[in-house]
Amino acid sequence: MTRTIKVLVTKIGLDSHDRGAKIIARAYRDAGMEVVYTGLRQTPEQVMQAALEEDVDVVAISILSGAHSILVPRVVKLLRDEGLDDVLVLVGGVIPEDDIPELKEAGVKEVFGTGSNTDEIIAFTRQNVRRV
Amino acid sequence: MDIKELADGVIRGEKRSLARAITVVENNPGGTRELLGYIYPHTGGAYIIGVTGSPGVGKSTLVYSLARYYRSLGKKVGVLAVDPTSPFTGGAILGDRIRMSGGEIDQGLYIRSLASRGHLGGLSEAASDALALIDAAGYEIILLETVGTGQAEVEVMRFAHTVLVTLVPGLGDEIQAIKAGILEIGDVFVVNKADRDGVDKTVLEIEMMLDLAPLVSYRPRVIRTVASKDEGIEELVKEIERHKEHLIASDALNQKQMYMAEERVKDILIRRVSAYVLDRAGTDLDIAMQDIASRKKDPYTAAEEILKDWFEEA
Amino acid sequence: MAGKERKDTFYTVSYEPIKDLYTPEDLDLDYGRDLGNPGEYPYTRGVYPNMYRGRVWTMRQFAGFGTAEESNQRYKYLLENGQTGLSVAFDFPTLLGYDSDHPRSEGEVGKLGVAIDSLADMEMLFDGIPLGEVSTSMTINAPAAILWAMYLVVAEKQGVSWNRVSGTIQNDILKEYIAQNTYVFPPEPSMRLIVDTFEFGSKYVPKWNTISISGYHIREAGSTAAQELAFTLSNGFAYVEAGIERGLDVDDFAPRLSFFFNAHNDFFEEVAKYRAARRIWAKTMKEKYGAKDPTSMLLRFHTQTAGCSLTAQQPENNIVRTTIQALAAVMGGTQSLHTNSMDEALALPSEKAVRIALRTQQIIAEESGVANTIDPLGGSYFVEAFTNEMEKKAWEYFKRIESLGGVLGAIGSGYQQREIAEASYRFQKGIQSGEQTMVGVNKYNADEKTSIELLKYSRDMVERQINRLDKVKKDRDGDLVKRCLEDLEKAAKGTENLMPYIIDAVKAYATVGEIMDVFKGVFGEYKDPAIF
Repeated sequence: MTRTIKVLVTKIGLDSHDRGAKIIARAYRDAGMEVVYTGLRQTPEQVMQAALEEDVDVVAISILSGAHSILVPRVVKLLRDEGLDDVLVLVGGVIPEDDIPELKEAGVKEVFGTGSNTDEIIAFTRQNVRRV
Repeated sequence: MDIKELADGVIRGEKRSLARAITVVENNPGGTRELLGYIYPHTGGAYIIGVTGSPGVGKSTLVYSLARYYRSLGKKVGVLAVDPTSPFTGGAILGDRIRMSGGEIDQGLYIRSLASRGHLGGLSEAASDALALIDAAGYEIILLETVGTGQAEVEVMRFAHTVLVTLVPGLGDEIQAIKAGILEIGDVFVVNKADRDGVDKTVLEIEMMLDLAPLVSYRPRVIRTVASKDEGIEELVKEIERHKEHLIASDALNQKQMYMAEERVKDILIRRVSAYVLDRAGTDLDIAMQDIASRKKDPYTAAEEILKDWFEEA
Repeated sequence: MAGKERKDTFYTVSYEPIKDLYTPEDLDLDYGRDLGNPGEYPYTRGVYPNMYRGRVWTMRQFAGFGTAEESNQRYKYLLENGQTGLSVAFDFPTLLGYDSDHPRSEGEVGKLGVAIDSLADMEMLFDGIPLGEVSTSMTINAPAAILWAMYLVVAEKQGVSWNRVSGTIQNDILKEYIAQNTYVFPPEPSMRLIVDTFEFGSKYVPKWNTISISGYHIREAGSTAAQELAFTLSNGFAYVEAGIERGLDVDDFAPRLSFFFNAHNDFFEEVAKYRAARRIWAKTMKEKYGAKDPTSMLLRFHTQTAGCSLTAQQPENNIVRTTIQALAAVMGGTQSLHTNSMDEALALPSEKAVRIALRTQQIIAEESGVANTIDPLGGSYFVEAFTNEMEKKAWEYFKRIESLGGVLGAIGSGYQQREIAEASYRFQKGIQSGEQTMVGVNKYNADEKTSIELLKYSRDMVERQINRLDKVKKDRDGDLVKRCLEDLEKAAKGTENLMPYIIDAVKAYATVGEIMDVFKGVFGEYKDPAIF
């Protein structure tokens, strides 16, 4: 049975640049998805809690602060610890090429850097989302 | 997915099961019937407080402030926040959680967003089932938040025991809108952002409006809050208590439960019967459509004929 | 029209339509009224009579990373390479008032700027740099008063009197609510802190710019050029009104208000924006706020090339973009300039990338010849018509903001945020549809790996920073700190100017986090309204 894809769009870390997060949130909405937007400066624990309570299919994390290597794996681990194994985790922001492998190893399905096309992100999300 | 297992998880109060169960009631009517069958005997423990008002009056902040207050009393609190779906894309941005996060993780607080459309049953059905699930999971206070515009959103408020209509100072048009629509449903009127200019005037206007309302057994009061600073919340909770006691004393709580039960079962009956009829009408419906479009028959006659056949057969 | 055109409509990067030809018909121009010579009201052609023939703009590269020691070395490197002013970037914990040992600071310390916890860090940051000779710009907002107090105390310790100290604190909280989001407190107490710095500065630090009213971040959040212009100036007017409301004479503080604009890709739109900004500011300061001192009417501004225009793809192309943007800033009469480094869409800039960015400015200043005459584009039919158009658009926005109850009222209703979100989304869709071109992203793309060398962090930096903080806390007079913070809290609850209390606390080595916590307790915190 088809149903609406539900996405958590969140900003972790302390950086305050939400232009990308807002664009992708709108693009997901315009693609017919339901977007839970958490706002800025979330901790990994808050992200896990929101993903759990909202039963989302996708967690889309935006981070431009440079703290991704520490914070993103922590989010993924918290999700997995809560049994949210099939939630698709995506990352967007300024992520140096060298850091991408470790994020993917931690469980991030894909990393979208600056200049990414929202149509491609949406298509990727549709292809890789769980059960729906 | 095993529905029985899910229902057991809900009854044990597990957040993860509750979250998944609400997704079921949003999307899967078959699963919903089974699920509600399991959990329904465990409901009835929650007191549901509805919070409605126009965008920008600070509903989410008020809800969060109330939630924390009830948490400080040791109550488990659930929040169900309904946001509008885009009529053009079917998508929605649900942003209420932003104002409901203080950084700490609280196992006794459950917050869930619900898009107003986009689930199979209709908003009121999904919301009512979601409330039942949160209730069954042991949450003693449930705060139900909807935008006070749009019929469906206002209708959802009938599931609440006490309805808070929220306003802010200095919006003359708002008072008009209330007169036109949601006056009847308000049990408590909250003037939020009460540290702003014009608060006295707004309070006075609401008081006057309430004085002019047709005589009923219960006269709502107006409470001032500054939810962003947690001001006026204790008084608001006392007022909610006053309303609750009135409901109990006047047997209105019972009546309300009966009314809600009636509405719910009627909703379901109407939906089931209409689905049944439409399903059975099949080819008759196609023919009727053509007749109406080509002006051979008017829609009333065509409908009458389908019903007649169907009832006779039955 | 002669022949077929290659597009149906031509527009700028902000979707401003552009005609094929501009002629005298497009201009209602009175030289004395609308332009004036450089250094003359309404200053459209420039704020000084001689402009770059007297002295070229200040080349001021924004820098800061790691700990105070590392940044101090970078500043010395830049000064040795011919840079003429410093510009301090703080890390996110500092910007938001968390000390380096706060749990929320994990992973962020020294990442996108320098970590400053206490006066000890500030002393190290400017070690060996004579504060009487360089001017320093500090990009800091919510805790601006604290960092400024630290700077003043360091100057005092170097034996430099405050009336010789020059520089700028950004201190522009309104654009934080509108676009950049590094707010901490709600608007009203934030405005009070800002006016406290105006008042203190006008009395004791006369050469310091106590605010840099910034359009840069508004543009980076995705606004159009006209929105950047209008929202920045309307914020500026709000600060002027707040100062007047405090009882300050407009001519006492207005000369210390400075501005900060973006330089984006669309060359002529940017030039028109700067020229219109000067004219609107001068006219309004004189006519509406009754300024008499001509320096109150001067819109002096810093410019930074557009970070949001940089691409991670084919990063070397960013050098070219930055050059064109920098040229627009110079043609627009900027007082100081930061040119972005080519690698900034990927990471913090490497030393080599920073050097190329600085060289770009030096080539414009000393090789291109564009600084030989003043406002060389003045009188161009197109540029003058576009300047008028920008001014007109700005006035429309001012009216709208006024109708929403002024800047704070409009922010409360999410007006500016929504306008920017709309523009930003439209631009993104334009890129994806090919309506707007981004070379290397949606056109002329090549599948290649990034090959430029990026800056690496030293791993033990955070540890050193936290150790220093521990040591400061151990060595300082704890009772004195406690007393200073209590006095500060009392003052914050009242209406006194807070600067003297902050200076006392800073001198006692109270940390940024400790002082901010006092304010958070009194003022409360502002939450992201997340407007789409």
